[in-house]
Amino acid sequence: MVGLWILIAIVLIFALVAIAVYNGLVQKRVRCQSAWSQIDVQLKRRYDLIPNLVETVKGYAAHESETLEAVIRARSSAIDAEGVAEQAGAENMLTGALGKLFALSESYPDLKANENFAQMQEELTTTENKIAFARQHYNDSAAVYNTARMKFPNNIIAGMFGFGNQEYFELEDASQKEAPKVSF
Amino acid sequence: MATETFHTLIARNRRNSFILIGGFMLFFIAMGLLIGMVWGRGDAAFSVIVAVIAGLIAFFLTLGSYFGGSSVVLGMSRAKEITHDDDPQFFNVVEEVCLAGGMPLPRIFLINDTAMNAFATGRNPKHASVAITVGLRAKLTRDELQAVMAHEMSHVRHYDILYSMMMAVMVGVLVMMCDIFLRSVFWGRSGRRRSSRDSKDNPLQIVMMIMAVILAVIAPILARIIQMSLSRQREYLADAGSVELTRNPEGLIGALNKLGGDSEVLEVANRATAGLYFVHPIKKFEKRASSIFSTHPPINDRIARLRQLGA
Repeated sequence: MVGLWILIAIVLIFALVAIAVYNGLVQKRVRCQSAWSQIDVQLKRRYDLIPNLVETVKGYAAHESETLEAVIRARSSAIDAEGVAEQAGAENMLTGALGKLFALSESYPDLKANENFAQMQEELTTTENKIAFARQHYNDSAAVYNTARMKFPNNIIAGMFGFGNQEYFELEDASQKEAPKVSF
Repeated sequence: MATETFHTLIARNRRNSFILIGGFMLFFIAMGLLIGMVWGRGDAAFSVIVAVIAGLIAFFLTLGSYFGGSSVVLGMSRAKEITHDDDPQFFNVVEEVCLAGGMPLPRIFLINDTAMNAFATGRNPKHASVAITVGLRAKLTRDELQAVMAHEMSHVRHYDILYSMMMAVMVGVLVMMCDIFLRSVFWGRSGRRRSSRDSKDNPLQIVMMIMAVILAVIAPILARIIQMSLSRQREYLADAGSVELTRNPEGLIGALNKLGGDSEVLEVANRATAGLYFVHPIKKFEKRASSIFSTHPPINDRIARLRQLGA
């Protein structure tokens, strides 16, 4: 009789631990997913900003059509891109093309003085930053989740319920974006 | 893994906050008990009543500062809330930092003062506010502004804002309580002279009275030292947290360098709110800033630590 109770108690404890681990893993995975969706939100915002920017620049530097077309092309190929690797490549191209566009604005004082352009430049700068930060946050969340799912006893639960590995987002300049070693 | 130590840090900070606030509450009740014994001259029932009242005061003060503390702090600093259109760049920078940390957007305030400073307050990341002076806003580059806001959002993220708000209230009230008690002892002495004969033969009461006076003198000093040394440690950690968010120590180093050259006193700051700011708002403190009474570490020391992070 006593042995039965002990057995029940042990089973109960195991069940409680398993539930806690499972819920913890779910929570960390949801954080990864919401971090990932933030990247998409910011990417879409960048696509939306570009046509306006191109129109404004056209008014001042119409003959720089090559640079402008490069931006438009990069934008549409980024929108159409499928798969993580292809998209990352297209996004990098778009970032490069936009960089050229802003560098070009340096030689057009009227364009630089345009309040509308200055505003758009700030909006694009912040969107670029937000994309980078959203990716960074996704990678941080993925790191927390991946560490959690590999630890014992979490790895048993993770294996039973199919908690897979979260891929990291590859950053262009890996050394620069690596988390600083902070020891408290 | 850096992120793991970071999360354990938050957990430890929050736990310590609650332990300290609980400790303060108990200390309040103990102080009330002692004060009651001296006032009631050993009457147990009376001292219990005083202790209960002290406990209730402490409880309601904690509750009040938990929900209303940030409005008081912001009101005292004469901060004005702004929207995206008032200052798009500032707003965007705060949004960026929040995205990097996966935090909700705080309420954003501007303080109309030419001194250079910033602070964060609130009770948790969902109910947080950040404020910056017009002077600091105007002098920083975009990267530096981002670093300063990341520092403030780290205070939010680490739950330093809740802790320092509670501490400010607790220490303030403790000092006030001890003050009232000391006055009452000195006033009571002259008034009680005639009746002192019948209590003279009670040595326990005299010992208790001496103890109470010692406590009343030491307690506020002790409380301040605890508050300040903890707040300095929190500044270093918020600096590290800022770099963790922006991955760019140069921004914060640049901002601190600019602040180091500034000698203007922030008029809306006072001793109670000094601990909340990005750098110590009352600059004459800076000279002996490494003493235990300062709420902020010296700027040079902060820069040196940031350079270590970057290397």
